[in-house]
Amino acid sequence: MEYKYLENQRILIFRITEEIDEFKVKELRRKADYEIERYMPKRVIFDFNRVSFMDSSGIGMIIGRYKQASMFGGKMEITNLRPAVRKIFEMSGVLRLIPEIDIEHEELPELQQNFI
Amino acid sequence: MENEMKLEFISKSNNEAFARIAVAAFVSSLDPTIEEISDIKTAVSEAVTNSIVHGYEDKKGIIHIKCKIINRKIHIEISDNGKGIENVELAKQPLYTSKPDLERSGMGFTIMESFMDNLLVESVFGVGTKIIMEKEIKEIPKAENLTLEEALRG
Ligand SMILES: Nc1ncnc2c1ncn2[C@@H]1O[C@H](COP(=O)(O)OP(=O)(O)OP(=O)(O)O)[C@@H](O)[C@H]1O
Ligand SMILES: [Mg+2]
Repeated sequence: MEYKYLENQRILIFRITEEIDEFKVKELRRKADYEIERYMPKRVIFDFNRVSFMDSSGIGMIIGRYKQASMFGGKMEITNLRPAVRKIFEMSGVLRLIPEIDIEHEELPELQQNFI
Repeated sequence: MENEMKLEFISKSNNEAFARIAVAAFVSSLDPTIEEISDIKTAVSEAVTNSIVHGYEDKKGIIHIKCKIINRKIHIEISDNGKGIENVELAKQPLYTSKPDLERSGMGFTIMESFMDNLLVESVFGVGTKIIMEKEIKEIPKAENLTLEEALRG
């Protein structure tokens, strides 16, 4: 997983680059919580563009990060869901809590910057 | 077509990817669509994760997978000798989880049920759990069976 932080807008973006299952979720949790605590962002965005597989472990992980972000006063969004991943999000009802956004149409040139 | 395979591995979560990829490779002889393959991989991942997280509760145990292809149907059995399920009906309810503290969402059985055609849960409390799932792989008409006109129309 890569991330970048847009200082001015206080947006923290994570780009997940691995398949999401119980094994991988442990590290994703730890990394994401570390950055959320460090920056206390206003918005946290998880980019799923590179995620070709996710099971229910991913749902638990995303809800957990939503709680973490809320605790620090931020809201959370997800973007670039592939069909297989969207199917699981839709089934779980999580999209009512954590909306899917179209990041390509956000007026934020900084979004094009490189990830860390 | 008929075919059969068996797998056994220890209950470590880094074996999840291996298990779902092995089953997907076994099914590939039926020419499934990307969506069918993805559904099967997800269902296998749910059952294997449950055996590791709930059945063995992260202690070491063996997980068994048995797969059969009968005509165009894939039959998958995933079993553990872990702690078993006290109330299967309750466990299958959407959003029910016995481990909310571990960030589980209670969606595993719901996903298995909707991604596969049939789901059967056999469990004896204190003895173990067996998940049986089946899915029919739809036949897609082969390109060479189409007339030129049909092929051009797409
Ligand atoms: N192999 C198993 N051995 C013992 N208990 C199990 C097993 N599989 C499932 N269970 C029980 O059934 C419940 C529901 O399982 P399900 O997969 O639907 O949800 P979950 O695993 O709790 O959460 P999620 O799958 O969303 O991460 C579990 O919380 C657990 O109590
Ligand atoms: Mg589960």
